Amino acid sequence: MISESLVELSRLQFAVTAMYHFLFVPLTLGLSFILAIMESAYVMTNKQVYKDMVKFWGKLFGINFALGVTTGLTMEFQFGTNWAYYSHYVGDIFGAPLAIEGLMAFFLESTFIGLFFFGWDRMTKVQHLMVTWLVAIGSNFSALWILIANGWMQNPVGAEFNYETMRMEMTSFAEVLLNPVAQVKFVHTVSAGYVTGAMFVLGISAYYMLKKRDLPFARRSFAIAASFGFASIVSVIILGDESGYEVGDVQKTKLAAIEAEWDTHEPPAAFTLVGWPNEDTMETDYAIKIPYALGLIATRSTTEEVIGIKDLIAQHELRIHRGMEAYRLLQLMKAGDSSEQTRAGFDALKDDLGYGLLLKRYTDNVVDASDEQIKAAARDTIPKVAPMFWTFRIMVGLGFLMLLLISLAFYYSVRQTAEQKTWLLKALLISIPAPWIACEMGWFVAEFGRQPWSIGEVLPTYLSVSTRSVEDLMLSLAGFIGFYTLLLVVEMYLMFRFARLGPSSLHTGRYHFEQHSSAGDSQTVVAAPRNDQV
Amino acid sequence: MFDYETLKLIWWVLIGVLLIGFAVTDGFDMGVGALLQIIGKTDTERRVMLNTVGPHWDGNQVWFITAGGAIFAAWPVVYAVAFSGFYWAMLLVLFAMFFRPVGFEYRSKMENERWRNLWDWGLTIGGAVPALVFGVAFGNLLLGVPFTLDEMMRSYYSGSFWALLNPFGLLAGVISLGMLMMHGATYLQMRTAGELQQRARKAGLLLAVVVALCFALAGIWIAFMPGYVLLDGANTAGVMTPLQKQVELQDGGWLSNYDRYPIMLIAPLLAFAGLAGTALMSWVNRSALAFVSSSLALVGIICTAGFSLFPFLMPSSENLVSSLTVWDVVSSELTLNIMFWVAMFFVPIILAYTSWGYYKMWGRLTTDFIENNKYSTY
Repeated sequence: MISESLVELSRLQFAVTAMYHFLFVPLTLGLSFILAIMESAYVMTNKQVYKDMVKFWGKLFGINFALGVTTGLTMEFQFGTNWAYYSHYVGDIFGAPLAIEGLMAFFLESTFIGLFFFGWDRMTKVQHLMVTWLVAIGSNFSALWILIANGWMQNPVGAEFNYETMRMEMTSFAEVLLNPVAQVKFVHTVSAGYVTGAMFVLGISAYYMLKKRDLPFARRSFAIAASFGFASIVSVIILGDESGYEVGDVQKTKLAAIEAEWDTHEPPAAFTLVGWPNEDTMETDYAIKIPYALGLIATRSTTEEVIGIKDLIAQHELRIHRGMEAYRLLQLMKAGDSSEQTRAGFDALKDDLGYGLLLKRYTDNVVDASDEQIKAAARDTIPKVAPMFWTFRIMVGLGFLMLLLISLAFYYSVRQTAEQKTWLLKALLISIPAPWIACEMGWFVAEFGRQPWSIGEVLPTYLSVSTRSVEDLMLSLAGFIGFYTLLLVVEMYLMFRFARLGPSSLHTGRYHFEQHSSAGDSQTVVAAPRNDQV
Repeated sequence: MFDYETLKLIWWVLIGVLLIGFAVTDGFDMGVGALLQIIGKTDTERRVMLNTVGPHWDGNQVWFITAGGAIFAAWPVVYAVAFSGFYWAMLLVLFAMFFRPVGFEYRSKMENERWRNLWDWGLTIGGAVPALVFGVAFGNLLLGVPFTLDEMMRSYYSGSFWALLNPFGLLAGVISLGMLMMHGATYLQMRTAGELQQRARKAGLLLAVVVALCFALAGIWIAFMPGYVLLDGANTAGVMTPLQKQVELQDGGWLSNYDRYPIMLIAPLLAFAGLAGTALMSWVNRSALAFVSSSLALVGIICTAGFSLFPFLMPSSENLVSSLTVWDVVSSELTLNIMFWVAMFFVPIILAYTSWGYYKMWGRLTTDFIENNKYSTY
């Protein structure tokens, strides 16, 4: 039997390192496009200020990008180090998008990022512009492939179990690529990245406007971020994750958990705005409901049902029984039974093999599980409701907050009165963390909501771990937390420093902290926040 | 379309190509990191060194990442067994590599001396430690790794991290570290000028001699070491798992391939020729040829290791049949096929734009250049 603490620690380590990695990814996705837009403006208008914008925001981009690369390495290693059985079981399908991500996206992004920083004087303007666009396209390709991989974990299409090799094998690459869950996730995730980039540039530009520094620079940055952000936030919300709900059983379960929909109601179901989900009584206390709304959002109809948690558990229990039979037949085949009948029996049931494997948590010998164990395994198929319910609402709430802020920023930017709206500038400045919180909540909903599966209905998380000791995990987790905390402190320090310094950090002599003060003969320079090299 | 057996061999070659691509490109910037404090005496000299690889190290590192991804996709069993078995060695490599992106990017962001010295150490660790550990891991492959597979194909590793640090493993580690430092030194010969370049020449010369001696010693050692031999009868053309074969230990077994396929001797010969060329060309100050020789030496050394092991990838010392070979760790035929065409499509494109990048950034960097561009360089 695998130790429960090993599984919990492996999950925690993955969650910590993946969520940490995603602190840096969305800004890369969004800011790279903003840089490309700014540089396009430079090439078209030939105005120096646009070039300075690319260089300054590029500096902040670089500080962020370094940690994105650093923490991305961990993800590449971790499937093997900590999820060895997973890697064996689904590597045939899951490995492919990761390898393609390297070939198609990482090479592009990483080769051209060097030329972006170092190539200004070595190539023509148009060549450099092309380099910047390729960085942006490269990072977005990388999001595409990792989300195809992740989409397959949620909705594993185009693959089937091979009993000879004891693993899942690809049957259709096209199905894996065109997985509807992956497509929806991709659009939603990159748009969220664009919003993050926009909020970042808006918030920091607002700071310069509030300080009345480098106004032409800030104003243009603000305008570009506002229009880019407006298009992005609309796309995050409209193209949002919703349509993914209709596909696959894991997504149905996730939906029920998000909405704390314990029972199946007469359609169209009501939407629970807030409430207190109670796992023990399987009810939501103090619920405030909006009639019809859930049915409309989730099924886009007034007649389709949203299946409730209790009914899902009952369905899953049946599938566990079928999974047990599949497991029994698999054992026979492994022992040498090659009869047509066994084979046909297994083929008919093999889609439920994963449900049988859920029992491994309770008994090594799946086939003789007791009724109690089956009931427990069926109950396991529903992720904890309260965390799902709340994280989803925080994400959506922040999404609408950002819609409001960015719309206002866009409106006043077009009217050219944004600088006078100090309340809006202040709100934008303090809302800089909002997109990051929303992104992290979104990933939590997506991945916590997939439990107890690492591959939806195919492979339980419990079985996916490497055979390592609990001590190994405690030590490596402590190492990651220690190292990552240190790196975050350094990164935030540099980010704040350069953001405060603004375009003066370029040492062009054109910006605020380098201007000579008019008073007196002495050529005093306005003191920079800290006067060493940048 | 190829048959399954050919595809298995193609993937052995392709992963070899990715690993060689990693050693030849990322190898020199790891070498530069390892040499940073040895031949870079002042801050400006170190900045010159870092800026010779500045525009390229990130792209180079992708060879490593892609090799990892390709092993996951084409050899999932190797990815699972090696990464989880060598847990602490892998995490050591990973933690050491953490220092590189941030070291390159953050070092020049502040002028504070202590700040820069700290990052110099980070970059030294980020260059030297992975180079050393890769070699140690490879050495241990030749010794056999203590793991078993059960019938569910779950792997159990019974060794410890410290057991990897045995004499032969360490010798292999020295070869690996030495060759990447040598490679870094030849790269610096091409891209720097003045005193720094002189020091890089000395380092290249010295390291080529050290690596040649260690490589010869390892060759003699292997001749007397028990090697793994795959017995006939395995279904190499079809679907098989590691447990469906028979393996035997024979003294000097790792050299049996050179009897069977004498053409494979080209690898060790290339290694020695490359090392001799590196030493000679560093001596006579033909830096581009020194770099080419060093690259050929790397190709020769890596191929020697791969050829000696073939068809094994990760032999098991604890349970011979659990040993992983190119025939039994592979993905399905469909996946290998698709990934082959994907690689055929992208690798030439990658090589093209990578070359363009080097072409655009080519030239010797001087200390004057760094002094004059201190705000826009590493």
